[in-house]
Amino acid sequence: MSAPAIDPTKVAAAAPMPDIMPPVKARKGFWGFMYRNPTIAVGGTILLLMVLMAIFAPYLGTTDPTALAPARRTREPSAQYWFGTDMLGRDVYSRVIYGARVSLFVGFAVAICASIVGLAIGVVSGFVRWADGIIMRIMDGLMSIPSILLAIALMALTRGSVGNVILAITVAEIPRVSRLVRGVVLSLREQPYVDAAVAAGTRTPIIIWRHILPNTIAPMTVQATYVCASAMIVESILSFIGAGTPPIIPSWGNIMAEGRALWQVKPYIVFFPALFLSITVLAVNLLGDGLRDALDPRMAKRL
Amino acid sequence: MALLEVENLQTHFRAQDGVNRAVDGVTFHVNAGETVAIVGESGCGKSVTAMSILRLIPEPPGKIAGSIRFNGRDLLKLSDKEMRSIRGNEISMIFQEPMTSLNPVLTVGKQIGETLRLHQGMSAAQAEARAVEMLKLVGIPEPQRRVKEYPHQLSGGMRQRVMIAIALACNPKLLIADEPTTALDVTIQAQILDLMRDLKRTVGAAIVIITHDLGVVAEVAERVIVMYAGRKVEEASVGKLFRTPRHPYTQGLLGSMPKLGSSLTGDETRLQEIPGLVPSLKRKLDGCVFASRCPYTTDLCRAVAPALEEKDDGHVAACHYAPKEAVAA
Amino acid sequence: MSTPILEVNDLKKHFPIRGGFFGGTTGHVYAVDGVSFSIQKGETLSLVGESGCGKSTVGKAILKLFDITAGQVVLDGQRIDDMAYGSLRPMRRRMQVVFQDPFSSLNPRMRVRDILAEPIRNFGLAKDGTDLDRRIAELMDRVRLPRDAVNRWPHEFSGGQRQRICIARALAGEPDLIICDEAVSALDVSVKAQIVNLLQDLQKELGLAMLFISHDLAIVEHMTHRVAVMYLGKIVEVAPKRSLFAAPKHPYTEALLSAVPVPEPGAARERIILKGDVPSPIRPPPGCRFHTRCPYAFDRCRKDEPELRQTEDGHFAACHLHDLPDAQNPLAGARGAAVIAH
Repeated sequence: MSAPAIDPTKVAAAAPMPDIMPPVKARKGFWGFMYRNPTIAVGGTILLLMVLMAIFAPYLGTTDPTALAPARRTREPSAQYWFGTDMLGRDVYSRVIYGARVSLFVGFAVAICASIVGLAIGVVSGFVRWADGIIMRIMDGLMSIPSILLAIALMALTRGSVGNVILAITVAEIPRVSRLVRGVVLSLREQPYVDAAVAAGTRTPIIIWRHILPNTIAPMTVQATYVCASAMIVESILSFIGAGTPPIIPSWGNIMAEGRALWQVKPYIVFFPALFLSITVLAVNLLGDGLRDALDPRMAKRL
Repeated sequence: MALLEVENLQTHFRAQDGVNRAVDGVTFHVNAGETVAIVGESGCGKSVTAMSILRLIPEPPGKIAGSIRFNGRDLLKLSDKEMRSIRGNEISMIFQEPMTSLNPVLTVGKQIGETLRLHQGMSAAQAEARAVEMLKLVGIPEPQRRVKEYPHQLSGGMRQRVMIAIALACNPKLLIADEPTTALDVTIQAQILDLMRDLKRTVGAAIVIITHDLGVVAEVAERVIVMYAGRKVEEASVGKLFRTPRHPYTQGLLGSMPKLGSSLTGDETRLQEIPGLVPSLKRKLDGCVFASRCPYTTDLCRAVAPALEEKDDGHVAACHYAPKEAVAA
Repeated sequence: MSTPILEVNDLKKHFPIRGGFFGGTTGHVYAVDGVSFSIQKGETLSLVGESGCGKSTVGKAILKLFDITAGQVVLDGQRIDDMAYGSLRPMRRRMQVVFQDPFSSLNPRMRVRDILAEPIRNFGLAKDGTDLDRRIAELMDRVRLPRDAVNRWPHEFSGGQRQRICIARALAGEPDLIICDEAVSALDVSVKAQIVNLLQDLQKELGLAMLFISHDLAIVEHMTHRVAVMYLGKIVEVAPKRSLFAAPKHPYTEALLSAVPVPEPGAARERIILKGDVPSPIRPPPGCRFHTRCPYAFDRCRKDEPELRQTEDGHFAACHLHDLPDAQNPLAGARGAAVIAH
């Protein structure tokens, strides 16, 4: 079909097709990502505010959260004492703001520790066939004990300190993480690119480092946020029942524990730390859900 | 009047970075009892066209415009309830994946009977009797036993037969088959194509078959529509399309297929390549959609989109340079 | 004849089926059950068959992506199936693989350059950084991708371009043999032609041997020198291409050929439509494995398992029909032309 000379004025042009929906503005970069993932934006913003609040606690109009003042105990919330004072006269506002430090620190520390240990156990389980059965039965055993109970038992064996709280909650969270990692590793091992890497003479440690681990990051990040949220709740529970952070340190659980006796007459002592805990946990969960949807829709199904 | 008349069908989707013009102005018709194939490569909009006819496109993110007249009624103007009474009853559909299209927790008989009870108000006993009859029609041995089995007890080919039985249970006037044999092995594909040819004679429904396989087209279709980048670029009877393809894309498609028996005829030439990639459907193109890959492209092609013109009796192509035969008036 | 680049002798791979509370073995999937063939240097052998016939398992067994149950794999005169994974590693350079799915064949978190550098580094082929860059640029030229694409991520490429990257990775180790496991099956028609042409050009330029695993007979006929047809874990027929397509000597091959839809409307061809489905590889039928679907099966087929025997020069088939006198053997003549449309 050599192009015959045709008169361009006589060709039949197709009728142009109209737009049937308004044009979509392509939003790129950071703000585009936030626009498309409102859950991440909302969760992330709240969490960021909480972190900033914890860091800059001394500059937020707080007083010493441990300073006793029996003369002005159990004051109602007012312009001077925003959240009121407790039965020892300590400023609840200051205690709640400082308490964020403990909750967030425990949440993040547990998320990081449980992720690292869980990742290691999961990778070993996914790669070393003979170890897999043994490790997974131990994990099943750990999972069959309620995590609160496990943490209480571990706390009973040690002295109450923030470090021990983190350790206790981490141990309780590891099985969930390592199970997830094992599942992801097993499915990644079946990927053709891993087979291709084996055929290309890549050593197993390098395969794990280069081909397996980077692809576990997405599901791990999502899982870590859930671990973080759950750790913050468990920390509060442990503190509330007196098995967690030492009472001298203001943590949301401790504040609630101290306000418990008075909660029918002075509910604000319990209300404010509980509110902050709920908002923070909600923010972390929103962030996790958003990340799950944004990072990889296929990975999401595994969680 | 044709059974199905699709005019200027547009199906667009909202995407992250623009509007995806998946189908952009497709016009065709299907006569009663006729088999029409829509052929094209992945992303050409052939499946979206099929889903649009049944209004199975989620809105949003999708949106359908144009008109789809079935027996004179515009399907795009019907209420959801009226549409439900058409789906599975007057128009039914067979999907590519027989594994996931069947409900794993219901017996085969229940799944065939479901549409009958819904659309034709049959009793459970009547529906089961009809289900056995349908299984027999699609060539499943021992239908009385099979009707009580679950999908996982059937092989892939059997499942596709069950899908066909479900689709045909209400005697539809139009059957849309979206890649019905793509997931099947070649010997099973031969069985299903054979069955479809038989059924066409016995049932008499019009069939729209969506496929990427020109071999399948040649085996079952009477008329062929070639789609590229959301548009119809050529339409002809199956004989004309394969003998004298008019659009360079169709010519390229045929030339890029190795022919079975090439070693016997000594016809072992290098395969023809269509260079380049399908253009993005997110921007509106001036000019011909195929211009970026066509070996004959001129400035005219890049500037003016060619209209679909009748180049020969019933042979339509959208190409400025496709030669025109004397068309019988 | 010189040493073949690859020899496979009586290869078996039985996958255990684990079940029960303690995870014991309850049965086996006889995925590959005694397969033998050889490939000469620079030759293409195609392995064809339907899904579940074991053709992909053969490919992976040769690459030693798992341990085989029995048999031998000999690469250029050296047995590799019993080697430890560590000592096999340098040998892997000589045989590379291209898989079917261009999307899962590339690590999404590695740039093209790192994907191609991996085998070059593993096999110690580059003297230094500049040599590595030169080799990577050459590979990109070979598969006709722009050199500057090496800094991009896999998701920025289309399916056909990804398959080119996979081919470049397979070529990086300068192999003697490439195993193409359905390497063009997932691609669109027009892209498929591009990749088929590329593979043919590369084979000519580099003198590669190829094991071309596919279910698409038209592509196989276009690509190959010899064809081996597999059914339920066994090879039922091996022959040079022309001999196989002109005169198939196994009823399964004949049926396969007749089942391929050809793009010629109204072609007058004899159709053999097989009844039923492929039996389960967990309980393969006794006697000839094809007898449950064979249009010509007779008593002996249900009892004796036929051996792969030479019927004419270089043409092997496992079928009892060839013991019958020609007059009673439906496969005696040149059947190919009858079942392929012309």
